[in-house]
Formats: sequence, structure tokens, C-alpha cells
Amino acid sequence: MTSVAVLEVRKIVKRFGGLVAVDNLSFAVREGEIFGLIGPNGSGKTTVFNLINRFFPLTSGTIHFGDRRIDVLSPHQICALGIARAFQVVKPLRRMTVLENVMTGAFLRTRNVRRARQKALEVLDFCKLMHRKDFPAGKLTIADRKRLEIARALATEPRLLLLDETAAGLNPRETEEAIDIIRQIRELGVTIIVVEHVMKVITGICDRVMAINFGREITTGPPAAVVNHPEVIKAYLGEADA
Amino acid sequence: MHRYRIWAAVAFALLALALPFIFNSPYYQHMLILILIWAALGTAWNLLGGYCGQVSFGHAAFFGLGAYSAGLLYLHLGASPWWGLALGPVVATLVSLPIGLICFRLRGPYFALAMLALGEIFRLVFLNWISFTNGPRGILMVATRPGKIPFYYLALAILGLALWWSYLLIKSKFGYYFVSIREDQDAAEALGIPTTRYKLYALLPSAFLTGLVGAFYMNYVAFIEPNVVFSLGNVSVMIILVVILGGVATLWGPTVGAAIYIALGELFRAQLGAANVLAFGVLVCLVILFLPNGVVGEVDLFKRLLGGKRRGDVGGSLGSP
Repeated sequence: MTSVAVLEVRKIVKRFGGLVAVDNLSFAVREGEIFGLIGPNGSGKTTVFNLINRFFPLTSGTIHFGDRRIDVLSPHQICALGIARAFQVVKPLRRMTVLENVMTGAFLRTRNVRRARQKALEVLDFCKLMHRKDFPAGKLTIADRKRLEIARALATEPRLLLLDETAAGLNPRETEEAIDIIRQIRELGVTIIVVEHVMKVITGICDRVMAINFGREITTGPPAAVVNHPEVIKAYLGEADA
Repeated sequence: MHRYRIWAAVAFALLALALPFIFNSPYYQHMLILILIWAALGTAWNLLGGYCGQVSFGHAAFFGLGAYSAGLLYLHLGASPWWGLALGPVVATLVSLPIGLICFRLRGPYFALAMLALGEIFRLVFLNWISFTNGPRGILMVATRPGKIPFYYLALAILGLALWWSYLLIKSKFGYYFVSIREDQDAAEALGIPTTRYKLYALLPSAFLTGLVGAFYMNYVAFIEPNVVFSLGNVSVMIILVVILGGVATLWGPTVGAAIYIALGELFRAQLGAANVLAFGVLVCLVILFLPNGVVGEVDLFKRLLGGKRRGDVGGSLGSP
């Protein structure tokens, strides 16, 4: 693994009025790694994603993708540069079929309908969604919707993939399958950042993990060390009763 | 399936060409032309409102501008109002451009409200700028007029253009992008779609075609006044009802909706007198309740009721004809 930083986040701050959602956070994600972001509910994980693809503007700080500063671009430009995102609250294009959903992603790299369809079919096969290709996206089960999120993001041919709680709400078997898919995506050479509560995903596939609370970093390191860090346990379970 | 489609299209085209000879009376020919006008207006609106989800309550602005482009050329320059067919769509498109550039950056009802205001603004300006527009007296064209049949074929050509243009857009990358913006703008942005620009790509042809129909209307009716062509109730809202009747975001929906609207409108007017608007309103409510996707949008439902085959064959909005 090389140590080239694909994504470099420097001292980012996000304030919503008086609330500081992300407080002076810095981290770098290396080419080809799976980087985990954990923290209790409301700790600012999804906000970090919203800042990376600029659904929200930063209050201060900078974000670089490769050597390009991206915190001044708009979401569609960031996606075009190669950062795709699967949403925690899934956003299927309901009245389109699964295939059409994924084709919409594929159109980022081609204007040819046949080529977009070809690409979409490959991605559906990869994500094991082929049997659902003519389903209206609004009628999928939650597990399939999560997979559709990933498939659609993959169709844009990203270099960096942001996965927001892809395993939340899945049963153990579906979780295993999701982990498999994430591993295979990495093998394609895609760098991945996962936000996750499901520890099996974090400890199973992440190379490094950063734990945050109240928008601040607690610690960063190998998954086992971070998960057992006393501050991290305290953040999840609260102070021991005195 | 594909072959069958082609033959159906050929048969349909031949029928459309033969219709004015089948209904060989000026009254029926007038009805047919009205159907074509509303079908073209609905098809233009549908591209923007149906596929891209940007609902306009003010397409009368583009319609009226097209009509007045033709009328004012005649009034001031003595030019043939046929030049309006060239000028009208251009004027409508140019006016739509700044509206789209401003409103499409925002989400929510801003575009719908801005269009509502735009239609009314043009109506009031054209009513009161008497030295330029003749105000409420309108513009009356005195010219020798050919029979109905040439108008029928011209209107058919305009509808053909609207359908063909829509078809090309819908079946391409544009169609997928339009629908994705309608379904979820955040998801669309995150998939790399410049949503503001693509909304504009839906608005411009929509305004162009609406202006073209407006210019045709001036030539056909030979009389316009602001309260008619910039009407909120009788143009802007009726276009939307025609599309809802026939099927939002379906290629043939607006055409079917226009046929129903004109045919039933005449029937109600003849049978019910002043109650015809009420009857039409009730019909629209029934369609919304029982055929929420419009007549064309519920084709599968009819097929199921009639033949019992192809149950549950529901596709995305791009898959259906």
C-alpha cells in the first residue's frame, strides 16, 4: 500500500448557528485503503460526508482531493472528479427501475445510452442486483436499496467512495454480503471511507479507523485499538457512574 | 414487439393524415385543430413539468408571447404573421432563459411561483401598454384565409415536432437526467448531474415549442387579446389539466389528454350549458382519484382489466412508451 493521500482534510469546522457539528477535524485517507469513521449518534459523521461532497459549505478549513482543492466546488463537480457517495438515508430514484437508476450514474462517463446500459449491467452484476434490474426502485427491500445506493455510486466510476451506514438495518447474512461487496470494491482499486455503527464492518474490513465525538477527534489507528480505547468506550457508553 | 410498434406508428400517422377528410366539416376540423394545439402545448409542458418535475403555472406567458410576436409583426410592420412562427419561439425561449437561470438555483416552489407571476405580469403589461399592443382591444387580422385543412396539417407538423423532439430527449441521457432530478435532486447532484443546467435544458425547448404554438394560434384564430392568450385559468392551468388527464411523464399522454379535453369539453358545453366547467372539474377529480397516472399512464391497468395478461409489468417512467 502506498502512503499517498487521496483525500486530505485540514482543520475543517462546521457551525450550524451556535452548534459546532464538526470541530477542527483533520485526517488524510491513503490511496487504496478502507478508512472507517465511527462515533456515537450525533457525533458528526454524516456531517463530515456532507462537507466532503459539499452538500454543506465549510465554516473554515480546506479539503483536498489529490492536489485539487474541492471544498469550493459544487456536489456534481466533486462527483465528476471521482468522489461518489452512498447515502445513509437511501435516495432511490423511485419511479425509475433499478437499471435506470444505475444508468443515471453511468451517464457521468458516457453520453451513449447503449454504453451506459452496458456499464450499468456490469455494476448490477458486481453488486448482485441483476435479478432486480427491472424493479421500480421504490419497491425494493431495504437491503436491496442499500445495494442500489452502492451500485449507482459505483457506476460513476469513482476513485473514492463514501459509504454511509451501508450495513445499518441489515440482517447478519446481508451484512456479510455487504462486507463482501465492499472488499471487492477495494480490489478494484477504489479508496473507501465508511461511516458505520456495525462493529463487524469496522473491525472486519477497515485498515484504519478514526473515532469522533462532538465533532472532535478522539483517536485514530488500527480498528482493534480504536474500538478498545477507553475514551471511545466512554463516548459510546457514557461516564462510569461515580 | 419492435416491428409491431413501427406498424402501429405508420397506421397512426396515416390516420392522422386522413382525419380531416374523414371529418369533412369545418366544425369537426376546427375541433381537430384545437386538439392538435392542446396536444402540442401539453407535450411541451410535459417535458419540463412531467419529466423534469419543474411545474410551471405560467406557460401562458410563452404561449402569449408567441401569439403576440406574430400579431405585433402584423400590426406594426404589416408583415405576414407567418413570420411569427420564426420569431415567437425565439422570443419565448429568450424570456424563459433568465427565469430559469434565477429560479433553478433554488429548490421548492420558487419556479412554479415565478412562472405564475410571469404569466400575470405579461397579461397586465400587454393589457395596459395600449400604444404598442392595442391593449384589451387586441389584434384582429384581416386577411384572406385558406380553408381549415392547411392549418390542420401545419398543426399536425408542430405536434409531430414536439413529440419527436421530446422522444429524442427522453430516450437519451437528457431523459434519464430529467427524471432523476424530478425524483431526488440531492441524489442527482451526488451522481454528478449539474441540476441547474439540466433543468434549463428542459425549460428551453418547452418554452420554444409553446411559443411556436402561440404563433400558430394567432395565424389560425386571427384574433388575440391579452386576457385570452395570457390567461391563467384558460391556458396555464388548462395545459396542466390536459397533461394530468392524459398522463404525466408519458410521451402520448398529453395528446390523449387533449383529445379527451376537447371532445368532452364540446359535449359538456352542448349538453350542460353553464354547468360544463363543473362537469369538467368533476372529471378531472375522478381521473386524479382513480387514474392517478392519467389515461396513458394507466395503460397497464386497462390491459389487466381487458386481457388479464402482463400482470405487474410495471417499469420505470422511461420504459413505458
